[in-house]
Amino acid sequence: MTSLVIMSAYLALLLAVGLVSNRFFRGTARDYFLASQSIGPVLLVMSVFGTAMTSFALVGSSGEAYRIGIGVFGTLASWSALVHVAVFFFVGMRLWAVGKRHGYVTQIQYFRDRYESDFLGLLLFPILVGLVIPYLLTGLLGARGVVRSMTQGAFPELFPATQGAVPPWLTGLVICGVVLVYIFHGGLRGAVWANTFQTCVFMISGVVAFSMISSKLGGLEAATRKVLEAHPEHLMRGSLISQIDFLTYGLIPLSIGTFPHIFQHWLTARSASTFRLSIVAHPIFMMILWAPCVLIGVWATSATLPDGSLIVPPGSPPNTELALMVDRLTTPILGGLLGAGILAAIMSSLDSQFFCLGTMFTTDIVVHYFGKERFDDRRRVRLARMFIVLIVGVSYLLSLAEPRGIFTLGVWCFTGFTSLFPLVFLSIYWRRSTKAGAIASVAVTAAVWVLLFRDGGYGSNADYKFWGLMPVAINFFASLFTMIVVSLLTRAPSEETLRKFFLAGPARRAPLREGLAADQVRG
Amino acid sequence: MKQAVYLALVLLALLHQDFWFWDDPSLVLGFLPIGLAYHLVYCVVTALVWYLALKYAWPEDLESFAAAKDSDEVNRQ
Repeated sequence: MTSLVIMSAYLALLLAVGLVSNRFFRGTARDYFLASQSIGPVLLVMSVFGTAMTSFALVGSSGEAYRIGIGVFGTLASWSALVHVAVFFFVGMRLWAVGKRHGYVTQIQYFRDRYESDFLGLLLFPILVGLVIPYLLTGLLGARGVVRSMTQGAFPELFPATQGAVPPWLTGLVICGVVLVYIFHGGLRGAVWANTFQTCVFMISGVVAFSMISSKLGGLEAATRKVLEAHPEHLMRGSLISQIDFLTYGLIPLSIGTFPHIFQHWLTARSASTFRLSIVAHPIFMMILWAPCVLIGVWATSATLPDGSLIVPPGSPPNTELALMVDRLTTPILGGLLGAGILAAIMSSLDSQFFCLGTMFTTDIVVHYFGKERFDDRRRVRLARMFIVLIVGVSYLLSLAEPRGIFTLGVWCFTGFTSLFPLVFLSIYWRRSTKAGAIASVAVTAAVWVLLFRDGGYGSNADYKFWGLMPVAINFFASLFTMIVVSLLTRAPSEETLRKFFLAGPARRAPLREGLAADQVRG
Repeated sequence: MKQAVYLALVLLALLHQDFWFWDDPSLVLGFLPIGLAYHLVYCVVTALVWYLALKYAWPEDLESFAAAKDSDEVNRQ
């Protein structure tokens, strides 16, 4: 009960932060969608990190470490320390520059112009929405699991079906409601402010949880010693993960380059130098967040209560390992604070995902097809708010369906986004990439993804492989190969488009540098 | 120096595959599995290399590119 009160207080505080941000709303669509591109380095690093890390990072990582041991840190955290930042540096900053120059709000606007194709936008729209929604659902499923584990026995008469725990439908409803209120009122600035607050909360909570749990288990050495005795295979990679899988996981963090919600956050940056802090801090933040969760997950395999029973018994529902450890080994007050931290990690992604979907429906469909001139700023903001309400409602209803393992569901979404990476990367660095190449690449990505997802039992088979490889490798290279081959076989983009994105200059030079040089010559 | 930074990034990508600690359950500081400790150090080194990238490989022209307008857009205005 105490945990629940603290988590409720946290949600109320979050609402307040979001609503206060509304006081800074300037009333324009640009302000609502991009916070007037006024975000500085600290808010950018916190909001992008908070958005990139979801329940996948906290609840999913500890759950996966419980299953396969320490290897999970290398598969995603340390790969992301390198690859995420490479994407910020080589892709994100360049998209920011192009976006700022041409006034883009969404990825689809950029791709439509870059590849001179309205159809490409229409093709990409359902794919991006279709990938964001399951990714978003991983957050809702994570929140439900956490609250259920942490409130067990609190309301035995009110909720007998869940052994007195707050039922999943109610948790989902409250989470969706809170997020909806602050993004509805504050727009992307509300999400950025709330994310910054939430990132602080979940990072501090993770460290506090780690320290308290290790102390309750008799100290760091004792906690690990128990694992060494009962499950030594969890302290190495051994046969729990193959070398090829470990390597292939390096492709997964490329997905951050194609997340529509991250694209929108990048565009909020005040200047290119705003990215500097993100580039150095991101690897350190990855380490601070993931290492405690992975260790807690590994300890959970062998941690026992004073009566000798396992804290996380075999057969416990997936995604509940972290919550069970927190609940059984800390005081209710700290348990509540840590529960709030887990919710913070989850909600800091949900808000941006909901918001970007609302932005895409407004910008890429309604305003694009019904005419820009028909929608002034006020109508655009009203439209976006209407879509946000609709998307939150649909997502909530979908979350009531049977949950899959968070990690597995997340990996499938990342597979799809990673496979779109050649599209974005080649659009920036390869002048010869064509509209036909882009369309073919997106179509092949979608088709291969659907086939593999079906073959993998719709996410039910966590260890699914095709030709001995993870689906992401097959899908990524199919997309890359198609893009290159079809582009080479079809007509190059028009000179007008090349001038807009690459402008004049020797083809071998970096596109943005060419653009600048051409501007200087003209100017 | 810029090339050295890029080379360091490639080297980091290769060093991620630490097959030499694959089956090693030994502990560092008495509690940290060596396979995990290696990747924690890897994150710190990665941050340092990215710091060098900011210093020696920063794309100086991005700001002015973003602020510039295409001739077509200028004509439209």
